[in-house]
Amino acid sequence: MTTNAFSSAPLLTLSGVNTFYGQAQVHFDLSINVARSHIVCLLGGNASGKSTTMKIILGLVKPRSGDVSFDGASLLGLTTPQIIRRGIASVPEARRLFADMSVRENILMGAFVRNDRDAVAQDLERMLALFPKLGQRLSQRAGSLSGGEQQMVAMARALMSRPRMIVMDEPTMGLSPLYVDRVLELIRTINQEGVSVFMVEQNASLALEIAHEAYVLQTGKIVLSGSARALKDDPRVRDAYLGGAEAA
Amino acid sequence: MSSWLDYTINGLIVGNVYALVAVGLALIFGVSRLINFAQGSIYLVGAYIGWVAVVQLHTPLPLTIIVVALAAALVGLIIERFGLRPLQNSVRIAPLLATIGISFVLDQLVMLTFSPNPRALPSQLPDVRFQIGGGTIGPLDLLIAGVGLTSALLLFAFLRYSKLGWAVRATAQDRDAAMQMGVDVNRVNQAVFGIAAALGGVSGLLVGMYYNQIDTAMSLQATLKGVVAEVVGGAGNVPGAVIGSLLLGLVESYGVAVFGTSYRNLFAFLLLVVVLVLRPNGLFASARQAPPEPLTGTFIAPSRPVRIPRWALLVVLGVFAILPLLPVSLYVLQTLINAWLLGMLALSLTLVAGTIGQVSLGHAALLAIGAYTSALLSLNFSVPVGLAIIGGGLTSAALGTALISPSFRLRGHYVSIATLAIGEIVSLVILNWEGVTRGPIGVSGIPPLSLFGYELISPTSIYWFSFAVMVVLALLQARLLGSHLGRSFRAIRDDDVAARAYGLSLNRYKSLAFIFGGFAAGISGGIAAHLYSYINHETFNTQQSILALTVVILGGLGNVVGAVVGSVALVGLPEVFRIAAEYRILIYGIVLLLLVRFRPQGLLGTI
Repeated sequence: MTTNAFSSAPLLTLSGVNTFYGQAQVHFDLSINVARSHIVCLLGGNASGKSTTMKIILGLVKPRSGDVSFDGASLLGLTTPQIIRRGIASVPEARRLFADMSVRENILMGAFVRNDRDAVAQDLERMLALFPKLGQRLSQRAGSLSGGEQQMVAMARALMSRPRMIVMDEPTMGLSPLYVDRVLELIRTINQEGVSVFMVEQNASLALEIAHEAYVLQTGKIVLSGSARALKDDPRVRDAYLGGAEAA
Repeated sequence: MSSWLDYTINGLIVGNVYALVAVGLALIFGVSRLINFAQGSIYLVGAYIGWVAVVQLHTPLPLTIIVVALAAALVGLIIERFGLRPLQNSVRIAPLLATIGISFVLDQLVMLTFSPNPRALPSQLPDVRFQIGGGTIGPLDLLIAGVGLTSALLLFAFLRYSKLGWAVRATAQDRDAAMQMGVDVNRVNQAVFGIAAALGGVSGLLVGMYYNQIDTAMSLQATLKGVVAEVVGGAGNVPGAVIGSLLLGLVESYGVAVFGTSYRNLFAFLLLVVVLVLRPNGLFASARQAPPEPLTGTFIAPSRPVRIPRWALLVVLGVFAILPLLPVSLYVLQTLINAWLLGMLALSLTLVAGTIGQVSLGHAALLAIGAYTSALLSLNFSVPVGLAIIGGGLTSAALGTALISPSFRLRGHYVSIATLAIGEIVSLVILNWEGVTRGPIGVSGIPPLSLFGYELISPTSIYWFSFAVMVVLALLQARLLGSHLGRSFRAIRDDDVAARAYGLSLNRYKSLAFIFGGFAAGISGGIAAHLYSYINHETFNTQQSILALTVVILGGLGNVVGAVVGSVALVGLPEVFRIAAEYRILIYGIVLLLLVRFRPQGLLGTI
């Protein structure tokens, strides 16, 4: 872990972010903090701007105004590989594995920005310890795995860059209930090793079970935020959440 | 008489050469979903660099190959960096058109530097033949096979074991996910263009040595063959491209063995059309593979068309109508006659490519059908010329639509490939069907234009006639676009899935568009035949198809007035500036590139 792991300043900060796709504004003055070693969840329905938030953090979309900073330094102006080297990894929406590459190649793609081959090989072993099921699947086509297994690969892939924070886009989407629990458990395990998690979710009740803090995003604006425990009991979360579902 | 073994060896060797082109196309398609129409130009550049190296610098063979590969790779890198990277965020059609523009520019630069005359490219290898079984094989055959195998192995190793190779594969499978892993997609594009160009250039060199001759017409042929092989193997599928190439080489070689040399290309394009219609994902695509992404909606630049007041249009029309009465030179009238003929073709193409979104690259075939029909009707059956031209228009409408109809289920790039192939097929059928078309000799002594028994010989009368026909066609088309039918056409262009969901029958509307467009183009071809008095299978070639496309983009896709304005501009401006004929194609290529980059909606905007 880094030297200032116990500093109280948040690890990731989005402040006053405004984003546009052409003429259409996606984010309105968005401000989010992710504290060190916390799980923070961004809730919202379809077209609320959740996935764009993730792309902003990774540098794939540039905001028109506002700042994104990680560990005290701004990420604006950095390329995606540079941002990954700073310690942010991602689990994309619908997992997005490289379907025709093997499971091993997929996991190793997560270490694409790293050049320390021996350490990468060790980390691969570590992943197989964390996700024992993947051991027998290493040389299979990633596209041939079940949805839950693919989610394991996507998470192993994200961990391969030795991130300090992982951003996840709807990690439970389309999984069977059995795997949903397993994935949530894994997120907790990863978090307990000191990795912060920023996850975007539609399923509020599931997300609030494991999150420390949460934000509710509606058509590009944060309408509610606070500790997960407080939000779980807040009637407005239900309303906001249902409002989002209605818009979908 | 050579043995079957000889034909097989020949087919495999030629297939090997195609594979070097097709693998590059497949790599590029895989990473950027783009068919690189400039691939053949790089092949041409490779052949000529090889010629300079061998004939002027006297390099030994291994050095020649290295020089060609490096120089061609450099050309590929330049194309990627300056031609395509600036277009990353533009409409889907932009990079496709840019590669067409680039290929025109490169071909013309080679032609201007080395003259269009063929040159001999000596093979630098001893001319001996070894006897194997019933056939023979020479050192050059072995060299080509060796280069093919070595390239395949190197490429395999690169994709399998190098980091950049992994990045290429990952990008091809999921561009967004690759970017999220920190893959620099620009570097991947660079790598792919560099490799594709190196392979293409070496292929040009080897072909030049194989046939002991190079000329500038090689370029388009190479692109076409590469595209055929790639599509047969499945777009973006690298091993598929190799197998597709060998298959193509064999089909051609056996075809030549049975029917003769002039049928070689006909087999290639028939194979392409059959594969496109029956298995558009290629012969080796498995069922799980998703079909190539639907290239609808953003394929054509959306824009607000420029509004031209009605009175202004009428004034301009009036001026052009009375132009022959004004003191203008014959030269101006003749130039404008050409512009009106091109205008009819552009009207046809702007309807098909712009309004209903089927970007045709073989539109000159419609001219050819109209021209031959009209010429042969008046010559063989003494049909009055006026009626013969209408016959040409009708035949072009019917035959053109019938030929394209099997490809109606294709989209985006695939429509362009299919129309290109159909255009070539029409030209090859004209060449080979000697009984009707008089084959390579062409049709001469075509009677001049006449109307109700009066011959139109004077430039003034020809001017009025062609102008009037074009205006009538333009008015009809404008009327059509304003109607319910026009709206249906645009709906299909913008989203064919949604259009179908609203109950529009795609086939019927596409047929109607091609019937109308075929008629206009056929009329243009018919008039041209009687003006030229001599036509052959090369009178209406791919260059004209691309010129028409440039006109249509210049004017604004789907824009009727734009099509006419574009024709006058592209035919007229080179005359105004007295640009020598050999520079014109170069200018057209540059115009196309600049338009795509800076004003994809054209002068008057897309409709």
